[in-house]
Amino acid sequence: MLDYHGIAVSSGVAIATAYCLIEPDLSFEQSTISDVNAEIKRLQLAVSQTKEELQEIQALAENKFGKDKAAIFAAHILLLEDPEMLAAIEVKIANGVNAESALHEVALMYIQMFEGMDNAYMQERAADIRDVSNRLLAHLLGVEIPDYSRLSSDVIIVAEDLTPSMTAQLDTKYVKGFITDIGGKTSHSSILARTMGIPAVVGTKIATKQIQHGEKVILDGVTGKIIVDPTKEVIEYYNKRRNSYEQLEQELVQYRSLKSISADGFAIEIAGNIGKPEDVERIITSGGDGVGLFRTEFLYMDRQDLPNEEEQFNIYRQVLEKMQGKPVVVRTLDIGGDKNLPYLKLPSETNPFLGYRAIRLCLNEQEIFRVQIRALLRASVYGNLKIMFPMIATLDEFRAAKEIILEEKGLLSSAGIAVSDSIEIGLMIEIPSAAIIADLFAQEADFLSIGTNDLIQYTLAADRMNENVAYLYQPYHPAILRLIKMIIDAGHKHGKWVGMCGEMAGDEIAIPILLALGLDEFSMNASSILKTRAQISKLSKEQLESHIEHLLMLSTASDVEQYVCTHLIV
Amino acid sequence: MEKTFKITTSEGLHARPTALLVSTVMPFKSEVQLTHKDKTVNMKSIMGVMAQGITPGGLINISANGEDAEQLMEAVTEVIITKGIGEEC
Repeated sequence: MLDYHGIAVSSGVAIATAYCLIEPDLSFEQSTISDVNAEIKRLQLAVSQTKEELQEIQALAENKFGKDKAAIFAAHILLLEDPEMLAAIEVKIANGVNAESALHEVALMYIQMFEGMDNAYMQERAADIRDVSNRLLAHLLGVEIPDYSRLSSDVIIVAEDLTPSMTAQLDTKYVKGFITDIGGKTSHSSILARTMGIPAVVGTKIATKQIQHGEKVILDGVTGKIIVDPTKEVIEYYNKRRNSYEQLEQELVQYRSLKSISADGFAIEIAGNIGKPEDVERIITSGGDGVGLFRTEFLYMDRQDLPNEEEQFNIYRQVLEKMQGKPVVVRTLDIGGDKNLPYLKLPSETNPFLGYRAIRLCLNEQEIFRVQIRALLRASVYGNLKIMFPMIATLDEFRAAKEIILEEKGLLSSAGIAVSDSIEIGLMIEIPSAAIIADLFAQEADFLSIGTNDLIQYTLAADRMNENVAYLYQPYHPAILRLIKMIIDAGHKHGKWVGMCGEMAGDEIAIPILLALGLDEFSMNASSILKTRAQISKLSKEQLESHIEHLLMLSTASDVEQYVCTHLIV
Repeated sequence: MEKTFKITTSEGLHARPTALLVSTVMPFKSEVQLTHKDKTVNMKSIMGVMAQGITPGGLINISANGEDAEQLMEAVTEVIITKGIGEEC
């Protein structure tokens, strides 16, 4: 039995088998062979094993994603059985080359041929050939390729890091938790774990090296502890711990149908953040007051081309209808930074977080932006839509983006297509320049939404993905608290509501401060909604306000944290 | 025996229609070749057919040779027409 520690980023307790997502070692020696027939038989056996595996994956994918998405595996089987390719490999084997080298050389020739074609679509097919030839190579070498789309029993995913597109493929039914080597509280795997409501421990540095595929693992998302190969007694203890955690969750259920209101009767909104349309279900079951952040970039990820207007319209409509008139704040495309779209072929930048991303890209590549805007406007009649733009730094950007909405609205209306007349248009306040002139934005926007993840990293000049400076990610830093106060006051001065959709909105320590500052809308992961509603119902806003002046004068984040814990947490 | 078709799918012979054609001819014993712009490839090789880079409006000549050539041609013609991949010339 071994135990390790990492950063606990999503609470809960999981006990399951480790599933290591590690790039398999496909290295091999080039050698000469003497028994040509035996080598060809070895190749044929590997081909038939690979085919069986692909057929299995195809059947699973068909069940999960439908026939259409599974068609790619049918093409993979044809690639595997391509008679020209197999013949070329066999010729090489007949010349005394071992099967691995022969396969490698032939596959490489095809890969280079496709990569060299002048058609982007065909260039991407090289990846399919690489995928299939690696799978075949793995069978020749007797190495297992982990494939997270074919899980059939409960697992805890162990990986160096999880990319958004990897996690999008995971079957939540079987994934009971995440353990990663790198990452922090706000990395994508952490955010996704909270959205999925499963425990996660990140930044362990060594998990992929220390945990073997198939080993039994206990993951404590509250303390950050990971136990590998636990004894019976330890499993029993953690089973109890898991049960009591689940019991606590049960107690929160009573808050599902209650209003979001403080002990002294001050009403706020507690909304949920979503990345995919199906995440709405979790907000509904947690009794959320709306969707405070719909991150639309997930619509654009994990595919080969841009989603068209119809596709987007259907998804927005679906979300709006499911929320039955409750507000749905949609953030327009926020791509760039750590979220890249390979098919847009964006130039790589030395400083992507300060680069060409989000609204900057959308105002430059207007056709991409306009397709999204049209889809949103058309969907607006199916619910209570609000639109906000990410990464606004100047008033000019906000005006230009708003103008595009008005233009598209005019065009749709003159074409006789219905568009709601009550769509609020706001912006994310996540760049310090925007926070400082929040009063100017509040005059022209219908609402402001504070994006704390970026606001904190830009204000403290600390990359939130860099573990070495992770200590600077300080939500309670006095500068952040003062900025938040400025933004809320600016909004209220002009009669506009102010929300928060960063991690901080669901943070137990930040909540009393935010309530005292008068934040109108708290948007968080669905899994935090009930806990937050329960906490707020026990807090008196008036009483908290008497602490604010003192709180804003404290010098450090830890002073703030300590003050809140001793004076403001019930 | 041989036949010529004009490709009419909006994206040309991309992976999906190609996979459909290749999987249609695969089970037959006959040899089958696809010619496009003077370049001839084995039609049972998905990579060969895809590498032709056939765009919408492109002409393909399919030539089958063997004991079940007739059945093969019948099957492939039906798939091309009914799946909207192309039309006979």
